[in-house]
This record gives sequence, structure tokens and C-alpha cells, in this order.
Amino acid sequence: MSKTAWRLASFAFAALLLALWQFLADRGLVSRVFFPAPSRAFDVLGEWFASGEVWGPLAGTVWRTLAGWLAATVLGVVLGAAIASAAVTRDLFEPTVEFLRPMPSSAMIPPAILLLGLTDGMVVAVVVFGSIWPILLGAIHGFRSVEPRLIELSRALCLGRVHRLWRISLPNALPEIFAGMRVSLAIALIITVVAEMLSSRPGLGQMILLAARAFRSAEIFAGVFMLGALGYLGNLLLERVEAHFLRWRPAVGGT
Amino acid sequence: MTARRILLGLAFPVAFLALWEILARAEVLSNDTFSRISIIVPAGVAALLDGTLLARTAETLGSAILGWAIAAAAGIPLGLLLGLVRPFERLLSATVEALRPVPSAALIPIVLLIYGFSLAMSASVAAFACLWPILIVTTSAVRGIEPRLLEVGRALGFGAVRRIWAFALPAALPGIAVGLRVAFGIAIVVTVTVEIAANPRGLGYAMITAQQSLRAEVMYAYLFWIGLVGWVINVAMVRTERRALRWYWAARSAQ
Repeated sequence: MSKTAWRLASFAFAALLLALWQFLADRGLVSRVFFPAPSRAFDVLGEWFASGEVWGPLAGTVWRTLAGWLAATVLGVVLGAAIASAAVTRDLFEPTVEFLRPMPSSAMIPPAILLLGLTDGMVVAVVVFGSIWPILLGAIHGFRSVEPRLIELSRALCLGRVHRLWRISLPNALPEIFAGMRVSLAIALIITVVAEMLSSRPGLGQMILLAARAFRSAEIFAGVFMLGALGYLGNLLLERVEAHFLRWRPAVGGT
Repeated sequence: MTARRILLGLAFPVAFLALWEILARAEVLSNDTFSRISIIVPAGVAALLDGTLLARTAETLGSAILGWAIAAAAGIPLGLLLGLVRPFERLLSATVEALRPVPSAALIPIVLLIYGFSLAMSASVAAFACLWPILIVTTSAVRGIEPRLLEVGRALGFGAVRRIWAFALPAALPGIAVGLRVAFGIAIVVTVTVEIAANPRGLGYAMITAQQSLRAEVMYAYLFWIGLVGWVINVAMVRTERRALRWYWAARSAQ
């Protein structure tokens, strides 16, 4: 079978699973309270978009995720460049980074609520804290692994420090930074959803938690579908951006 | 040299905590929200002595271990199947791609409905989150096995089950081990997240209640404890993995 045929077969398989779920729900073989028929979830999605009530929460979730993630990217790259730049800074900060990295970032939500209250700023701050680590570690490693001959070359060309960072170190670190950004985007979305559940900021996280409290399971699944689609689209978009920025690297693919 | 590195590595956290203490004593930082180290440490010791700290830790680790074990029990066999039987992987690709980007936090309302507040609630979200790294790493580890190895098994007239048990599984083990280690870190993070968002159990809930009753020192004590637990487990898993796979690396370097 050709590649497209397999692709179609895999979509057909996914559709089959969905149809099976629909069948089981229609027959009442799975509890309708817990697993509503997918058609009901899609109906809810349709109503949400028709009435337009979903745009506000959707936009809220998207901007909190993006704001935190982009801030984490900038901060992670700058800190990564600083930490990787000298042996002293590395010895000073790397153990702390290693200690904080496995920390469950949602554990920062209670202190953040205490310090910042139930605000958007709190959500974004926790997203930054949670999603910075993969980017920071990627940046440290990427900045450190610059080919030594390129550094010598930049010295011979009398490039300034800033110029060298921008022209040689950053492009070298970019693949690892992007790899970190991809992991971070998924984390950022998760933390946004959790922080919304706790802070009651209008977003998809709050929406589905309220639906659960009211036992409206079709709405929960509609929200979960949307969050899944968001995660999927975000990853797809980032892949495109990555391919664009790394097109000079034959190994990574480009076009 | 190493003593210097250890000292430098400790210098930053020590300076940070000292500055925190000084600013809190000078009341530059509000004691209600920031507390200070000299109060936080006794609060942590008190929680340790009266047993609540360890009881909460056991609840969190119990959920994390259960979720992780479920994910391993499902993910390793499925990964072996997907890695060894190419058509399966192609057929399931769309389903996996659709499910994987669903943020684990989005499942919290669903499991809340199904299980209520319980061990199973945290464990099932952890299992979902852990499944993907285990599945993907196992699939690619099996794919990377030397094909001649499997041919040897066939030539010896071994059945499929024995071929998998005696050849595919051991050869894929180093890759699987990495997946299991990463997944366990995820299991802890997700469990704490579920506890903070909804489930009244474990360390995450202890933090939230401390925050809501404005006992900042207890909250920070739990925060530091969670960080410590995460770090110790991470270090322990890396060590165990290295020791358990010593035969593998020894065999590889002997070749």
C-alpha cells in the first residue's frame, strides 16, 4: 500500500473507534453520564460556535498560554546564553537549575495565588515558571556546544561579543531551543488549564471544570476536544516555523 | 576543583534564601505572603514529626506509582507490537496523533465525574500522561533493533512470543528504561497537579489547604519538600537505570 493509502486507513481506523463509541453510547452500553455519545459533544461544539460564547474562553486560554510560553522562551534563551557563557556562571547556576527542573510546576500555583492573587498575571507567571526548563536546558546545551573553530574564526574576524552571540552561537543553539520550545508549549497549555481551574479566570479550563461540577459531560468532552485540537494545531504550527528557521540545516529537513 | 564546584553550586541557593530571610525580617517582603526560612523550616519539621508530611507523601507517591505502572503495563506491550508490526503502527498513527496532544489536565473533570475524589482519579490521569513517552520510546527502541537478531530467533525456530521475550525485549530495554524514567517524573508532576486542581489527597492538596488557610510557612515547607522529593527520585532513577543496565553497556563496549 502507498503512503497515502495507509494514511487514509489510519483515519478510517480512528473514525471506526469513534463510531464504536457512538454505538456503545447509543445502546447505553457505556454510561451516558460519564461517556456521552460523541455526537452530543459535537452538538455542543456546534452550539458554542454558533452562539459565539466559546470565543472568549478560547481566546483567554490561548493568550495566557502564548504569553507565558513566549516570555519563557525569551527568558530561557537569555538565561541559557548567560549561564553557558562562562564556567563560573555555569557552576553557580546549573545545580539550582537541575534541582528546580523536576519540580512539579503546578506546585508553584499556591504561592503564586498568595503573591499575585487570582489574576491573569498569576496564571502567566506560573506558565513561565513551568515551561522555561526545557528551553533553558536546550539553550544552555546549544550555546555550549558551538564548534570551537567557529569561535576562533569569529575572534580572527574581530567580531564583537554581541555579534558573535547573534551570528554564530544563536544559530548553533537554535535546533535545541526549538526542541525545548516544542516540549514547553505542551506544558504551557497544561498549566494554563490547571491555573484557570483554580483561579476561575474565564478560559477553557474553567469552562470544563464548571461543566463537571454540573454533571454536563457532553460539555466536558466538547472542551477536551477543543483542548486536544489546540495542542495539535500548536505543535503543527511550531513544526512549520521550525522548518522555516532551520531550513539552512540539511539534516533537519527544511523543504 | 569539585569542592569548588559544590561550593559555587550551593552559593546561589544559600544567597537566595539568606536574602529572603533578611528582606522578610526587615519587612520589605510581607511576612503573611512570603513567610521566611526561619519559620518555614520549623513548620516543615513539625509536619514531619506529626506524620502528616509522610502520610501526604505516601498518598502522592501511591497515585503516581499506580498510574505509572498502568501506563507501563499498557505502553510496553503496545509499543512492542507497534514497533515489530509496521502495519499496526500505520493503522494507529492517526488515533495516536489525535489523542497525544490532549493536555492531561483536560482529563481532570472527566475522571472527577467517573471516580470522584480518590486514588484512581489521580492515577488515571497520570497513566494517560505517562502512556505516550513509554509507548513512543518503546516503539522506536524496538524499531532500532538489529534485524539480524530477530532473524537468528527465526532461524532457531523460536515462536513469536519467545522471539519477543528473548530477543526484542532485552535489546529494546535501554530505550524502554529511559522512557520509564521520564514517565515517572511526569507521573509525579501530574499527580501533584491533579491534587492541586481538584483531588483532596496528597502533597498538592496539603499545599492548597495551607495557602487557603493563609499558613504561608506550611505552604512553602511543602513546596520545598515537593522539590526535594522530585529531585531525589530523579537522581535515584538515573542511578538505578545505570546499575540495572550495566550488563548492556558492558556488552556494548566489549564489542
